Amino acid sequence: MKVKVLCRNPDDYVRETTRDIQRVPRNYDPTLHPFEVPREYTRALNATKLQKVFAKPFVASLDGHRDGISCIVKHPKSLSTVISGACDGEVKVWNLSKRECLRTVQAHEGFVRGMCSRFCGTSFFTVGDDKTIKQWNMEAPGYGVRDEPINTILGKTVFTGIDHHYKEGTFATCGQTVDIWDEQRSSPLRSFSWGVDSFNCVRFNPVETELLASCGSDRSIILYDTREAAPLRKVIMKMRNNTLSWNQMEAYYFVCANEDYNLYTYDIRYLDIPVTVHMDHVSAVLDVDYSPTGRELVSASFDKTIRIFGKDAGHSREVYHTKRMQHVICVRWSADNKYIMSGSDEMNIRLWKANASEKLGLLSAREKAAANYNKKLIEKFQYHPQVKRIATYRHLPRELLRQKREQREMKLAQRRKDVNIRKHSKPGSIPVVTEKEKHVVAVVE
Amino acid sequence: MAASSSLQKTTLSEGSALAADEEELPSEDEPAISASEDEEGSDDERKHNKLLEAISSMGGRKRRKQNERSEASLQVSEFFVNAEGTGEKVMLSDLLGTVEKTPGTSNKTKKQLRKLENSKDTLDLPLNKQETEKIQRAIAFEKTAQEVALWKTIVMNNQRAEQMVFPLNQEPLGPKRVEQIVAGWKAETPLEQEIFKLLHNNSQPVIDPILTPVEEASLKAMSLEEAKIRRAELQKARALQSYYEAKAKREKKIKSKKYSRVKKKKKRKEFLKQFEEMVKTNPQAALEELQKIEMSRMKERMSLKHQNKSKWAKAKAIMARYDLSARKAMQEQLQINKDLTQKIVVHSDDEHESKGKELETVPDFVNDPEPVIDSVNPWMKGQLTCEEPEVSCVTPEDAQTAEEENKEEELLGEFERKRRLRQADEEALTPAEEKKHASEVVGEDVVEIADNDENDDKEEEEVEEEEEEEEVDVSEFNTLFKLMRREKTQEAPEVGEELLEGPNRIRNMEDLEVLDEGLEPQPIVAPSLPQTAVVEATSEPTNKKSKEIDLNEVLTKEANVIKVPFLPTVVEEEHDEQISIIKEAFAGDDVISDFIKDKRKQEAAGKPKDVDLTLPGWGEWGGVGLKPSRWKRSRFTVKVAPPPPRQDQKLPDVIISETRDASIGRHQVSYVPFPFANTDQFESCIRTPIGHTWNTHSAVQKMTKPNVVTTMGAIIEPIVKEDFIKEKTTEKTGTKHSSERKQRRSRKRKNKLENE
Repeated sequence: MKVKVLCRNPDDYVRETTRDIQRVPRNYDPTLHPFEVPREYTRALNATKLQKVFAKPFVASLDGHRDGISCIVKHPKSLSTVISGACDGEVKVWNLSKRECLRTVQAHEGFVRGMCSRFCGTSFFTVGDDKTIKQWNMEAPGYGVRDEPINTILGKTVFTGIDHHYKEGTFATCGQTVDIWDEQRSSPLRSFSWGVDSFNCVRFNPVETELLASCGSDRSIILYDTREAAPLRKVIMKMRNNTLSWNQMEAYYFVCANEDYNLYTYDIRYLDIPVTVHMDHVSAVLDVDYSPTGRELVSASFDKTIRIFGKDAGHSREVYHTKRMQHVICVRWSADNKYIMSGSDEMNIRLWKANASEKLGLLSAREKAAANYNKKLIEKFQYHPQVKRIATYRHLPRELLRQKREQREMKLAQRRKDVNIRKHSKPGSIPVVTEKEKHVVAVVE
Repeated sequence: MAASSSLQKTTLSEGSALAADEEELPSEDEPAISASEDEEGSDDERKHNKLLEAISSMGGRKRRKQNERSEASLQVSEFFVNAEGTGEKVMLSDLLGTVEKTPGTSNKTKKQLRKLENSKDTLDLPLNKQETEKIQRAIAFEKTAQEVALWKTIVMNNQRAEQMVFPLNQEPLGPKRVEQIVAGWKAETPLEQEIFKLLHNNSQPVIDPILTPVEEASLKAMSLEEAKIRRAELQKARALQSYYEAKAKREKKIKSKKYSRVKKKKKRKEFLKQFEEMVKTNPQAALEELQKIEMSRMKERMSLKHQNKSKWAKAKAIMARYDLSARKAMQEQLQINKDLTQKIVVHSDDEHESKGKELETVPDFVNDPEPVIDSVNPWMKGQLTCEEPEVSCVTPEDAQTAEEENKEEELLGEFERKRRLRQADEEALTPAEEKKHASEVVGEDVVEIADNDENDDKEEEEVEEEEEEEEVDVSEFNTLFKLMRREKTQEAPEVGEELLEGPNRIRNMEDLEVLDEGLEPQPIVAPSLPQTAVVEATSEPTNKKSKEIDLNEVLTKEANVIKVPFLPTVVEEEHDEQISIIKEAFAGDDVISDFIKDKRKQEAAGKPKDVDLTLPGWGEWGGVGLKPSRWKRSRFTVKVAPPPPRQDQKLPDVIISETRDASIGRHQVSYVPFPFANTDQFESCIRTPIGHTWNTHSAVQKMTKPNVVTTMGAIIEPIVKEDFIKEKTTEKTGTKHSSERKQRRSRKRKNKLENE
């Protein structure tokens, strides 16, 4: 006799461990689960609200400097190490995870103008107002040993910036000229100059490592190739650029922080028009840094805020400010894409989360899944007015808000005027100049 | 700039330095100029030196001071360099003399140099510094831009990628050497050392899971994608092979004689085809084949195989008398014999030609299609019809018109039928009195309705509110008909179009008013017109009425008719027919009544209904056939408050949907956001749920995958050029190779052809 028995696979209903959640058989028949859109909309709205509730970006403040912070440098190999230089010539090495200062060095007399760390993370370089370039060991000296630089180079003029090559033992400084140095030599290998103006920032390209760019005080950005005899090209803008940063995932993009409150992303192949104009600051932008993923950038401004922009976004997605934070002079994005360090006038280094509402620390798989789902929901419903309203609202200090409105008013007035002029003149005689085209004066070959 | 020029002068401006006269070179040691030194001071010094030099040269005998380099220095000034035997002029020929003798130099350069020696012309001035620098910069920029542009595809791909995982190049999983993990491990015991020595000497892996250098190299040589492609190819080949094998096996098993016969035939045909081709391409091989065929033919002729001499054949021959199939089989045998013994004749070219000629001699008309005389469809007749249309009894035009007429007739018939049906319906619905009215003149109707408007006040007292409202509606619509009517009478030729436009126009209330005004003069004129005209109008209707839109269709309610003198209408006879046709055409769509019905339905749907909360059997007997008492029902029926008046209450020709909820509007998107091209796209995106309530686990995971994934505590290094661009170069070389191969192949082919 044949006996037929209904059987089920225990894998379908037995959980693997007792700590696992109970397996629930599910029926995905859409008729059983009606109102998809309204339900998801409610979830999205809740997710947005929760996102706002949990948006607490400020992590820590590192105090100890006795003057404004002039520059911050990341350690290339260690996430928790950060080096900062102050306006009184002091350099401090910090441990971020412990939030303490590991080492203090009186590096220069006067400002520490620029710093950079060697690609291997064994040493770092500082330049200061005392016309010297100093190379320091990353390791603190033993107890009782004086902290002396490994190497000191006395220059002819003041150096205003320094950056290290990403693969070789060469570095570049800027001041009166842009000089390329070998670590082993006491005089520059070559020096570039184009015109007579001084430079305030020089940066190596992290991808095309022989390329570098500098910002000059004649409102120019100049590109160089260390293998070539002459500089490559120069762009002159309406206002001076304070710093620039290369995108480390996309070799031909860099962004510069301008005095005219904007940031400009350039493609080095087409310098005549910036790719994107990032607007939102209400005062000069002092520093900018790309995120290590190359998808976002963070900018520090004289208006006492830090803003985070999407790589292609014209407006910021996030603004950070605190009551006590003064003019932000320097800002860096940490190498794991999680944090932002900012150094400001009032002698503090602040640590921010790059994603304000992100939960720190390890997440369980379910937490991760929920976070992903919420993120996607917000993204899906981002155009719905209620979601948008909550998601995009940011509190701004009264003064800042007033300035923002004022500037908006001014911009509108200018636009109105332009339109009126165009309206009352011969058609075609006054061309329409886009926002991107406005800010470039010339490209010099 | 001025301060830093000392360095530049030494390094960059060699040209200018060379331009200076050699005699004037300062013999004094030029000290390395440090930045701290004043520029002017050094200049003065040099001038002074020059002066001294000049003075000393005046003295006749030159006193040369040996230059010395006191200290190794980076900045080598040209002033340090001094040559022995200055003063003796170095000729170009002295320098070039050795070139002639050196074996390595090519004739070309020698020639060029000789030419240079002979020419007496001065060289062109070099470009000035600014210009040269500009050119240098331009070249350098081009180069860099090209180099950087290599990243374009990678950047684009990364931007488009659904998910990017950072850091980009995570360490590959897999076995690792102990040396890789433990830095300072050494073989210490003598046995270990001996073993490692052996292994190293044979370049074998030192610890078991790892690979030999050769293996590693081979692994590196093939990228993952290449390997995948290769695997796919191999798989395909294997699959094909297995298919082929299976097919062969299947075919081998088939025992059907018919099948084998067909197969043989096919083979023979194929062979013949091949043979013919071979005759063209490779005559020698063809000749051999021919000989083979000849041999087989000879054999066939010698043997008795297909000659119906076998045992089987003899048996068949006996059967053939009674069995048709046997006869057939025998015939087939003979046929095979015939085929096999037939001599194959290879056609020569002459034969082909003659054949062609033969073909040409056939008269053209043979190829012409037969004259098909199809009166209905002239397109089927080919070229002949257009040449000789007289042949066909009906010309194409005639046929067409006839067709059209047929169609028209058909259509008319259809309309007629429809109309009759509707009339029958109406007759069933409308009371006799109404019918009488309906059968009256259109003109009369118009007038009646026009008066309806005027007599609104009177009616209000008599008729119920609802009805009145509706009447107003109806009257509004009737004005439209008046308009139609008027247009018909005034500008008859364009009647068709105007009528079509009618219902659209009336949507506007202002239009209606205007129309009313326009119509008013007519009744004033009406009484003055002679009675005959009215009679005429009344006499005409029987046929006209049938062609009009039935008023009863429009007046879905009984209209209170007030008799007023008719408005005579002047109808132009010649357009009458056309109008009537158009009327017929649109007789079916009574849009207006539909609209009114629709509106009424919506109104009814919008009204809240009373809620009956009666529970049968509660407090009294219940069961089949028993109903709760009236009292109870009225007691437990909750009456709902009447809704606020509809927005379109006063607008007869408008339906304003009451279902729209303004409070939802705050949650709705009022525009199509950027990446979406249209509302449909956007809506479909919103409509697709992504949650686990509606999707399986894997689907949810896929849909909620984040764009950027970063590992906690991992440093994201900049993208490395070697990892990405290198592949490109190898690909390029690969393509190059393949193109070269192609070229080679084509060359070979050419050679072959030439040989032949």
